[in-house]
Amino acid sequence: MDLRFRDAEPTAEERAVVDALLGAPSSAWDGGERTEFDLRFATQAPRVARDRRDLLLPALHAVNDRVGWISEGALDYICRRLTIPPAEAYSVATFYSLFSVKPRQARMLHVCTDLACAAKGAEAVRRDVEERFGPPGVSWQPSPCLGLCERAPAALAIEAGDPPVNAVYGPCSVGQEWSATTEEPPVEAAVPQTRACRQAPARPAPTAERLAHEGQAPPGEAAQEVSSDDGRSAGPSELVLLRRIGVVDPLSLDDYRATGGYTGLRRAFELGPTGVIREVLESGLVGRGGAAFPTGRKWEATARQLDRPHYLVCNADESEPGTFKDRVLMEGDPFALIEAMTIAGYANGCALGYLYIRGEYPRALQRLENAIVVAKSRGLLGDDILGQGFSFDIEIRRGAGAYICGEETAIFNSIEGFRGEPRTKPPFPVEKGLFGKPTVVNNVETLVNVPHILEMGAAAYAAVGTSSSTGTKLFCVSGTVERPGIYEVPFGATLRDLLDLAGGATGELRAVLLGGAAGAFVRADELDIPLTFEGTRAAGATLGSGVVLVLNDTVELPGVLLRIAEFFRDESCGQCVPCRVGTVRQEEALHRLSKRRSEGDLVLLREVGQAMRDASICGLGQTAWNAVESAIDRLGVFTAKESS
Amino acid sequence: MSVPLRPPRRLIEITVDGEAMRVPEGDTLLDACQTAGKDIPTLCYGDTLNPKNACRVCVVEVEGARTLAPACSRKAEPGMVVKTDSERARHSRKVVLELLGSSVDLSTTPNAKEWMAEYGADPARFGEDAATVAEPPKVDNDLYVRDYAKCILCYKCVDACGEQWQNSFAISVAGRGFDATISTEFDAPLTDSACVFCGNCVEVCPTGALSFKNEFDMREAGTWDEERQTQTTTICSYCGVGCNLTLHVQDNTIVKVTSPHDNPVTHGNLCIKGRFGFQHVQNVASDG
Repeated sequence: MDLRFRDAEPTAEERAVVDALLGAPSSAWDGGERTEFDLRFATQAPRVARDRRDLLLPALHAVNDRVGWISEGALDYICRRLTIPPAEAYSVATFYSLFSVKPRQARMLHVCTDLACAAKGAEAVRRDVEERFGPPGVSWQPSPCLGLCERAPAALAIEAGDPPVNAVYGPCSVGQEWSATTEEPPVEAAVPQTRACRQAPARPAPTAERLAHEGQAPPGEAAQEVSSDDGRSAGPSELVLLRRIGVVDPLSLDDYRATGGYTGLRRAFELGPTGVIREVLESGLVGRGGAAFPTGRKWEATARQLDRPHYLVCNADESEPGTFKDRVLMEGDPFALIEAMTIAGYANGCALGYLYIRGEYPRALQRLENAIVVAKSRGLLGDDILGQGFSFDIEIRRGAGAYICGEETAIFNSIEGFRGEPRTKPPFPVEKGLFGKPTVVNNVETLVNVPHILEMGAAAYAAVGTSSSTGTKLFCVSGTVERPGIYEVPFGATLRDLLDLAGGATGELRAVLLGGAAGAFVRADELDIPLTFEGTRAAGATLGSGVVLVLNDTVELPGVLLRIAEFFRDESCGQCVPCRVGTVRQEEALHRLSKRRSEGDLVLLREVGQAMRDASICGLGQTAWNAVESAIDRLGVFTAKESS
Repeated sequence: MSVPLRPPRRLIEITVDGEAMRVPEGDTLLDACQTAGKDIPTLCYGDTLNPKNACRVCVVEVEGARTLAPACSRKAEPGMVVKTDSERARHSRKVVLELLGSSVDLSTTPNAKEWMAEYGADPARFGEDAATVAEPPKVDNDLYVRDYAKCILCYKCVDACGEQWQNSFAISVAGRGFDATISTEFDAPLTDSACVFCGNCVEVCPTGALSFKNEFDMREAGTWDEERQTQTTTICSYCGVGCNLTLHVQDNTIVKVTSPHDNPVTHGNLCIKGRFGFQHVQNVASDG
C-alpha cells in the first residue's frame, strides 16, 4: 500500500511507546530508518504489519496514555508501523472520546453528569469544576456514565505519564479536592448484600458424587442449597454471582480455588463441548447485556459453524447509564470471568477470546490483567489447559470512550482497528463476526453464570427464578435510594422487594427508570412489576442491563429526559441518518418542551422516534427514544396529565 | 462493448406488494423492486459500490421483521413478503428526508425535491434553530471542490477512494455522530493528502457536495445550466486502456467529465487525466 504522509515527526517519547508495544521496526518498510538495503529491496514487513490492524487501538492508547493526546507525528508513526493510511487512523482516533488529536493537559478530569450522578447533584459539581478550571476540553470534561453509580456523583481523573495514573472520586462535592491520590473504597462497598452474608458465604452444594470425582473436600457448613423458596424472597444466603465479592482476595487464585473456583471448568472437561452447550441450553440462561437472547442457542449456532477459527468476545464495554454490575464482578471476582471465558471458548471451539473492557474501568482492567497472568502461570490458561489438550488464550482490549462499542458488531470493528460502527445484520456474528469468522459475543454477567450452571447442574439452576427467566439477576440500584449498589435476587422478585432490600427510596418516590437510558420509566404505583424478562415486557418496560434508577420528587424529570437525549446524541456513531440527525432533533424538541409545552413538539418527538425505531441500523437508534416515550406516556411528563 | 454475462442463478419466489414474483438468488430487495417497476428512492446506494445502507431512505417493510429493511442491501429470501409502500415505510422515508433536508443543503441533490413532495416531507418543521452541517466550501485545489454543507455522509466517496476502487485512502469519516465529517488526516488540504485527483469520489457523490471546480464556479456565477448541456460519450485518448468519457458540453465548452458506470473495464472510474485533463481540447492558439 502506498502511504503518503506530511512531514510531522514523532517525538522520541512517542516513538518509544509505540515501539514498546509493537517491537522495533525491521526496516524502513515498516517505519524504521531508511537504509541502502531498503532502497533496493522490498520486504514482507508491511504485509505482516497490515494483518495486525487490530493493534491500532492499543497503539493509540499507548500514545494517549503517555502523552495525553495523539499528535500528527505520533499518528503517522503508528501508521508507518502498521501500514495504515493516516486518514483512516485519524478517523479511528477521532471516534473515541477518551482520545484527543489536539494538545491538552496530561491530567484530564472526567466529571460524570449522567443520570445516576445527576440525581445526586452532579450538576453543582460540574458547575464548580467549570468555575475553577475553565471551559471543558483542556483539563476536564463532562462525561457520560462512569459506572460508579453507587458513589454518585462520581468523577475519574486520568493522568498521562509513565505510568499513567488514575484516580476515582465519589461521592464528589462542591469544593472537592481533586488530589492525585485517593483511596478507592473496596469493591464490596458496592454490594450491600455481602456485608450481611460475609459470615456465611453461600455456595451451591456440589453433589457428593461430583465431589468424589474431583477429590475435593466438601465445603462444609457454609454450603447451602441455592434455590428460592418462593421465588420472591431475596435473602443474602442466595448470593451466587456475588458470593465471592468481598470474601476473596481478587488478586489471589488460591482464594478463588478455595471457594469453588475452576470446578466449573473441570466439569466442562467431563461433559465435553456439546455437553456444556446442552447444560447451558437446559439451564435457560439468557443474555444479561440487554437483549436477553438465549445463550445456549447462540453457542449451539456458533459451535456448529464449519468456518474456522471461531472467536469468543466478552463484552465488558459496560456503558449503559446506571450500569455497574460488570465492573463489580470484574473488580471483585476477576478469576470467575477468566474461568467462564475459558469454558465458553472450550464449548464454542475457540482458541482465542477477546475481553473488550471499557476504558473507564482502570481497577477492573488491572485485576483482570493480573488474573490472566496468574491463570497462565498455573496452567489454567494458555496451552494444554489442565492437561486436557485444550488451548485457549485471552487478549484484553481496552475501549476508549464509545457507548456504541458495546453493540455486538461495533465491538468487532473496534477490536479490528476500525471505527466502532455497527455492521449490518445479517450476516449475524455466529456466521461472520470478528475478523469475518464465527464469533460468540457474551456479556460479562452472562458468562459468569456459566461456571455456576456447570457446578450446580442445569436443572438446579433452572429451578431458581421463573420458568422463562431462570437463575439470579444482578440489579444496579442507584439514584435517590437509601443503599445504592449491586443486588443479586432470583428472577421473580418484584421491584418493591428490590427497593426494600436497598432500604427504600429517600424522599417521595416519583419514578424508577428500569433498564437504563434505553429502558423505560415506571411509576411509583407500579412497584409490583415482577423483575423478570416476561414480567417487565408485559408491563411495557424492560430489564435491559439491570438498571434500577430511583428518582424522588426532588429530581426534575424534564432535566433527566434531556440528559438521556443528550447522551444518545453524543453517543450516536453517526452512520445512519435516523439516529445521527434524529437524536439531535429530539434533543432540540426536548429543550423547547422543557421551557414550554407544545403539542407540535410532542408529535415531532413521536414521529422522529418512530422512524428511529423502525429504520436505524442498530439497537442504539432503535431504542434511543424508549425512555423518553415512556416518561411522556406513563409519567405524563409534558402532557396535561402531569400532576405538578 | 460487450458486458459479460453472469452465470445463471436459481430463481426464488418472493411477494412484493401483494404480487408474487421470481428473482435470481442473491438479488437484493432493491433489484427485485426495480424489476417489479417499483420506484424506491435511494441516496447512499451506488450502482458501482457495495451498499453501505447508511441513509435509510430505501427502507421497505418485510413481513415478520421487527424493523424495516434497507432494500439496497437486504438480499431476497424465499417466501419473503415485502411491502414497499406501507404506512411504516413511507413514514420512515418521510422523516429521513425531513431530517436530511433540515440539516443538509439538498439543493443540488437530484430527485430530492420530487421525493419531498411525494412523501409530504416538510424539513422546515424542525424550526429555524435546527442544527445544520453548514460550513464554508473547501476550495484547496484547482480541480474539485468539497462543499460539506451538502454532505449527507453516505460514505460513497470514502469507499470509492478506499478499498472499493482507488485504494488511495485519502479521506475517511472523522469525528462521531452529528459532528462527523468527511476529512483527510488532521483536516489537511487535499494537496497535502494521499489524494491522486482521480475524481472518482466526485463521480459517486449523490448530492453535489463534491463537484468540479468548473461546475462550482459556474453555479456561483449562475451560468450553470444543465438544460443547455449535451452529453457525448467517447474514448479517452491518453493511454491504451480505453476508458469511456462522457463529456458534458455547454455552449461548446466541456464543463464536466463523467464515465458510464456500466463500462465493464472501469465501472465509471477514471484517472486524473481522463477526468480533468480536457482543457487542451478547447485551447485556442492565440496567434492563430
